[in-house]
Amino acid sequence: MQALPDSPLASDAPKAGRGLLRFLTCGSVDDGKSTLIGRLLYDCGNLPDDQLAALERDSRKHGTTGEDLDLALLVDGLEAEREQGITIDVAYRYFSSPRRAFIVADTPGHEQYTRNMATGASNADAAVLLVDARKGLLVQTRRHAYLCSLLGLRHVVVAVNKIDLVADGESVFQQIEADIRAFTASLGFITLAAVPVSARFGDNISTPSSRLPWYTGPTLLGWLETLDITHDRDHSPLRFPVQYVNRPNVDFRGYAGTVSSGVVRAGDPVVVAGSGRQTVVTRIVTADGDLLEARAGQAVTLTLEDEIDIARGDVLSAPDTRPEVADQFAAHLLWMAEEELLPGRPYLMRLGTATVPVRVTSIRHKVDVNSLEHLAARTLHLNEVGFCNLSTPTPVAVDPYTEFPGTGAFILIDRQTNATVGAGMVSFALRRATNVHRQALTVDRVAREQLNAHPAKAIWFTGLSGSGKSTIANALEQRLHAQGIHTYLLDGDNVRHGLNRDLGFTDADRVENIRRVGEVAKLMTDAGLVVLCSFISPFRAERQMVRELFSAGEFVEVFVDTPIEECIQRDPKGLYARAQAGKLKNFTGIDSPYEAPEHPELRIDTQGRTPEQAADQLLGVLGL
Amino acid sequence: MNTLSPHLQRLEAEAIHILREVAAECAHPVMLYSIGKDSGVMVHLALKAFFPAKPPFPLLHVDTQWKFREMIEHRDALVAQHGLELLVHTNPEGIARGISPVASGSSVHTQVMKTDALKQALDHYGFDAAFGGARRDEEKSRAKERVFSFRAPGHVWDPRRQRPELWNLYNSRIRLGETLRVFPLSNWTEMDVWEYTRAEGIPVVPLYFAAPRPVVKREGQWIVRDDERLPLLAGEQPEMRRVRFRSLGCYPLSAAIDSDADTLDDIIEEMRVSRSSERAGRLIDSDEAASMEKKKREGYF
Repeated sequence: MQALPDSPLASDAPKAGRGLLRFLTCGSVDDGKSTLIGRLLYDCGNLPDDQLAALERDSRKHGTTGEDLDLALLVDGLEAEREQGITIDVAYRYFSSPRRAFIVADTPGHEQYTRNMATGASNADAAVLLVDARKGLLVQTRRHAYLCSLLGLRHVVVAVNKIDLVADGESVFQQIEADIRAFTASLGFITLAAVPVSARFGDNISTPSSRLPWYTGPTLLGWLETLDITHDRDHSPLRFPVQYVNRPNVDFRGYAGTVSSGVVRAGDPVVVAGSGRQTVVTRIVTADGDLLEARAGQAVTLTLEDEIDIARGDVLSAPDTRPEVADQFAAHLLWMAEEELLPGRPYLMRLGTATVPVRVTSIRHKVDVNSLEHLAARTLHLNEVGFCNLSTPTPVAVDPYTEFPGTGAFILIDRQTNATVGAGMVSFALRRATNVHRQALTVDRVAREQLNAHPAKAIWFTGLSGSGKSTIANALEQRLHAQGIHTYLLDGDNVRHGLNRDLGFTDADRVENIRRVGEVAKLMTDAGLVVLCSFISPFRAERQMVRELFSAGEFVEVFVDTPIEECIQRDPKGLYARAQAGKLKNFTGIDSPYEAPEHPELRIDTQGRTPEQAADQLLGVLGL
Repeated sequence: MNTLSPHLQRLEAEAIHILREVAAECAHPVMLYSIGKDSGVMVHLALKAFFPAKPPFPLLHVDTQWKFREMIEHRDALVAQHGLELLVHTNPEGIARGISPVASGSSVHTQVMKTDALKQALDHYGFDAAFGGARRDEEKSRAKERVFSFRAPGHVWDPRRQRPELWNLYNSRIRLGETLRVFPLSNWTEMDVWEYTRAEGIPVVPLYFAAPRPVVKREGQWIVRDDERLPLLAGEQPEMRRVRFRSLGCYPLSAAIDSDADTLDDIIEEMRVSRSSERAGRLIDSDEAASMEKKKREGYF
């Protein structure tokens, strides 16, 4: 057993002088987390009379502890949860002892709620890991310890609960403690303590238990009150993500933000990570007066000596300790959405105060969160953790998460639904963007367009299988060719015989298919051609991704709008018949979705119109 | 000089970060101002967050017409002192229908004059984000509320569609018709609010301090009679008692407590030994089990 850590604050600390401790409780479902938190609230006298009265009422109605108060009901909030007797979300609770204020994140135990636990852990200073004395370490215990470590927690107190229910408490406790030390040896915890407790009866929660004389260490609350979390964020290099540019008038331009690591002082030289521009901090402005210095966690406003281009999303650092500026990096990614990760699909990444598009380019491996084994994977499902390579179109300032949580953590946002779908922790930059310069070429696209005497364009036909995309594209190409325009037609079926022969029809493969075709179309447009692309391309996100490869006016989206009933009737390749018979899986329109364009440049209604008429209509719009 | 405890410093910095996030990311934010102590702290934080500029958003007061007179005076003084933009909205349909807590009961009054009125105002001005002073420690269903709470079109709150919130990376992206409610004081407790109010010298409505006031006793609670609009029941005779409020809502839906606390120090000391919770005097909460969750689904703050 480790001794209580000595805190420099211990002697001079007045009430709540140690500040705030945020911790999360984790452990498997029946280990008694909610009861433990209820017990802490109860013992610290943080429960008013009317809440106690409500608890007595609720205990009779929903309680699982017979005649006693069911302390778990204090924390299981939503109606649905109370009825099912489980915790399905993260609940935050607040209490204080004379020595410290606490915020508890109560997180669920089941594997299907891994994301909730990660959410709670992301803002916690420490974790209380519950273990049922009767069951010992479970698969879930291992998973939770791993997730705590992954999210960067360094202080863990193991509460060996229900110790009153085992016969030889002392040896059971010692065995569990030894087991935990063994399997967390590689997880990088600075504090790892174990306390035998009974949350239901209050043993060793806030007062030492007389029933467990063999244990002489601190109580659980004792640990939490004295845990030293004064980590060395102050001694790390400066990171100041610019959050908001404050410009009330022409005389004042301030950069507001929260110092995410290190210390900034008035007079310090700083650089903007992205541009490399250097300047000097002139003032640290707050409503309480200017400061000489600001430390990690303080929300301040900086003014700078030079008027240089700085916006939200930029990161300020010291000139000699800059973050990496990279467009490719490796990170652990926890997937949080019901829909699986689609490698290749552009998501939005929120890192620090920056929001940029990002793609997962490859999954190096998936981590089995129970065994910690590395597995091969092509995608990530809900609650899975993968070690991935990510790529952004423009370089961003990134840091390793373990050293710089503020500039190494990110979330991924789905661009269609705006849902938060992933949480990531950067491991390292893969290459410095500054080392890879794009080769500047003398004969450029404008030169080729001039030689060709027509502009280059990409015309993208999307629509269901059998809607008439290729037929119309073919008719259009004939007309363009006749006018002396240099063209090329990229067709879905043909590309799948060559360039994309390694891809199937899963959602992930469809995304990659379109990504590759988009890049090829981009090269061909650069070569000065008018490229006609005929692809079902069922997802809006990928069509948007291709669109963003081109400049405005260069990309023309044509929605060949033929109702599914009509396509089924035409069925030129007999595919619908096979799909309806279940012989063809993932067929668009049958068992795989088609997301119609919301704002195509042109919509062609093929009913009552020949392909030639459609091609003529298009020709009029293109302006070639 | 900074006299804040490390704990309050951390809460203050977090709230300022949240306020700036919304100002940077949202097109038309607004701050809901209810005149109570939490609103007072929130406005104070907004003044600090954007110093030396003024907060880049207006305040919105949803006026049920049943606020205590001293609350309205306090509101107008605050706005004048700091030169803030204040919008006041009252549900005109509620007025036309003669809705009042006396005539219509607490539940209808709250629905029409608060919940509906708030939605009307948000829609009318096209606000995409609204700050509220709610705290997670107030009530059980609020313990799981996000800092950035997502509302589907029609201001609907679906607990199952809330976004995970990790680190300080708030997802503020919404589509047309969707809105956000943002709670900078999510992690504050009632005690934190009072201790911060004292440390920062934030003015509060005098109703929070004990003074002799005319009261009647109804269902075991002291109801202050602010004006003649509260009809007396048979046999009721207002008496003068030394009372104060812990939580200010609509008169007569907020009950007062017996108290001698007439300074911030006294209030904080009273709370330390108090055995009843803050919202116990808010008559709308105890209507039915999980009643706050139900109200929130309907769009109540």
